[in-house]
Amino acid sequence: MSVPHPPSTRANPRTAPSLELPLMYAVSVGFALVLSAWLVAVTGHAWSSVGQALLDGSVLAPGRWGNTLTVSTPILIVALGMVVGVKAGFFNIGQEGQLLMGALAMALVGTKLTGSGPVLLITGLSLGLISGGLYAGIPALMRFRRGVPEVISSLLLVFVAFQVIGYAITTDWFLRDPDPNRPSLAVTSAALPDSIRLPVINLWGNQFGVGFILALLLAGLVALVMGRTMFGFKLRLLGASSPVAQQAGVSIARTGTVALFLSGAAAGLAGAIMLASGASGARLTAGFSNEIGWQGLLVALLARNRPLLCVPMALLFAALRTGGGFLAAAGVDRTVVDVVQALLVLALLVPPAVQYLQDRRRGPAWSDTGETP
Amino acid sequence: MNDLPGALADIFTSPAMYGSAVRLGVFLAFAALGELVAEKSGTINISVEGSLLAGALGGALAFDSTGSLVLGLAGGAVAGTLVSMVSANMSHRLTADQFVVGITLNVLVLGLVGFLDATFRPLGGKAEVVSLPLLSDIPVVGEALFAQTWPTYLLYALIPLTWWLLYRTRWGLEVRSVGENPQAADVSGIDVNHRRRQAIYYGGILAGLGGAFLVLGQVGSFDTGAVGGRGFIAIAAVYFGGWTLRGTLAGALLFGMVDAFRLAVPVLGYEVNAQLLAALPYLLTLVVLYFVTKRFVQPAGLALPFIRGGF
Repeated sequence: MSVPHPPSTRANPRTAPSLELPLMYAVSVGFALVLSAWLVAVTGHAWSSVGQALLDGSVLAPGRWGNTLTVSTPILIVALGMVVGVKAGFFNIGQEGQLLMGALAMALVGTKLTGSGPVLLITGLSLGLISGGLYAGIPALMRFRRGVPEVISSLLLVFVAFQVIGYAITTDWFLRDPDPNRPSLAVTSAALPDSIRLPVINLWGNQFGVGFILALLLAGLVALVMGRTMFGFKLRLLGASSPVAQQAGVSIARTGTVALFLSGAAAGLAGAIMLASGASGARLTAGFSNEIGWQGLLVALLARNRPLLCVPMALLFAALRTGGGFLAAAGVDRTVVDVVQALLVLALLVPPAVQYLQDRRRGPAWSDTGETP
Repeated sequence: MNDLPGALADIFTSPAMYGSAVRLGVFLAFAALGELVAEKSGTINISVEGSLLAGALGGALAFDSTGSLVLGLAGGAVAGTLVSMVSANMSHRLTADQFVVGITLNVLVLGLVGFLDATFRPLGGKAEVVSLPLLSDIPVVGEALFAQTWPTYLLYALIPLTWWLLYRTRWGLEVRSVGENPQAADVSGIDVNHRRRQAIYYGGILAGLGGAFLVLGQVGSFDTGAVGGRGFIAIAAVYFGGWTLRGTLAGALLFGMVDAFRLAVPVLGYEVNAQLLAALPYLLTLVVLYFVTKRFVQPAGLALPFIRGGF
């Protein structure tokens, strides 16, 4: 349904590669940053103190970069799922909900079942992955059976997921903390037992979950599968041109469903990992997803759907997030971070598009006769 | 506690329910009308959510600083248009992917509105209810439709205007043709991307007005969570209506009714699971989309970018 933007490689021998593209990137990113600084300045704050607070909160203050790595873990995993979906030409934007579904599965396994820690942990993670994937299967079903755009259905399902979680944590037989000593108004699930947590790595006074290593491996895996396997090629072919893919014998419905399932599964896994790494006290709460799903989505867009590039971008977004926690001290509302993030994504959309249009304009006449550039 | 049919009858005969259904439906209809024009031109403009939110904030801020409802609505329209201008120029001048642009814009507006809200703390205010003589005396529907705050009547004026623009002007014909067959439209001398941008601007103005209506004509105060995904329900209303004006309005009214039902149930003293009620509008929208989408023919160029010479 959507045609991703063609790659900006210069197929045209007439134009030599130049510094133009990097320059354009520098200008538009610079513009985004200046705009953010201006926004801060115009609301009566010093942008330099904002920058310092962000840097302190994300890296410099003691123990903070470990925190940043922990935060980047689910963001990266969500982004990797998004990459798989978008490469195949499908925009699942319901990660926020799929992540919650994954966390829900993990919470159910962790608080309802008994067994040895590692077994439960692996069961929880796998079920989290599957339930995230199945939740993304609903938009897939609607898309391929009834032609409903997955952009709309997946987003509407986010709001349903919020309510499902709300129901789960307020209902005694479901997930509400059964502890009689809980504060009477607390609506959370019980905390995951210590035996079902992901191990924590201690390094130079910083702590981060082992999930981060897992996410890095996953990035490598996605890059490998998308770039070097038949399956990855099928997905990319479908994303580049669905008629061609169909001609080549790729079933749009089947491959598309798999792509959407995978993108949701990644979000589900991210949710399960978040819970097992102790996010919000290892309890499922109403605001548990905390916009991690959105951030992952933006990271994938920012990385222009390159799996390995998602790693630094996820770290950047996580740093902005953890740095945002220190903004209150500078007297600035932390939502300014959301603005900076979105402006960065918008800024990075511009240069390749401009380049593409320029290449077309410079191209020889034949490229205007339906020849694929 | 009554039995279920009795309870439903009770809810659906309460006049308050219909008034509230119209108010909520009008809000959706503003956005849905604009979205219809954008989709007719070939764009699924998901930044309509951002336009609504920007319009709500713009409306509240403009009303706070001027104290004038007219200027408040205008402020909302301007804010909504600004969002749609970014959207239109990025997707139909630079030909970046319209979904990527839309998603990013929605996040940007959400962040920006949160930041500005925390900085300026807009208050907003509410227009007075104006009962239209004679019309509001019509039994059953009269009071619901014609005893509302005056910005509501703005929508009643925009409906024929949109119809006229879309179906009775050269501009509307061109908009519809770039949505159906951009290549043919291009060959006959229409600037496809220009028309698409204009259609999105129109959508932005209406969504901005809708956002301002939410603050100034319906709720009376601003809240960052006020729009809460209802831009997407407005898009669903266009699908529900099979890309016709009548159908789109019916869709907006239907979804408004569900919203009103959700609010009316606890007020009338019935106890229904709160989460189920809150999820109801979204669930129903999904169900409706499932059954309705395939029954209509969508504009053939919908969601496809246009670049002369093609890909």
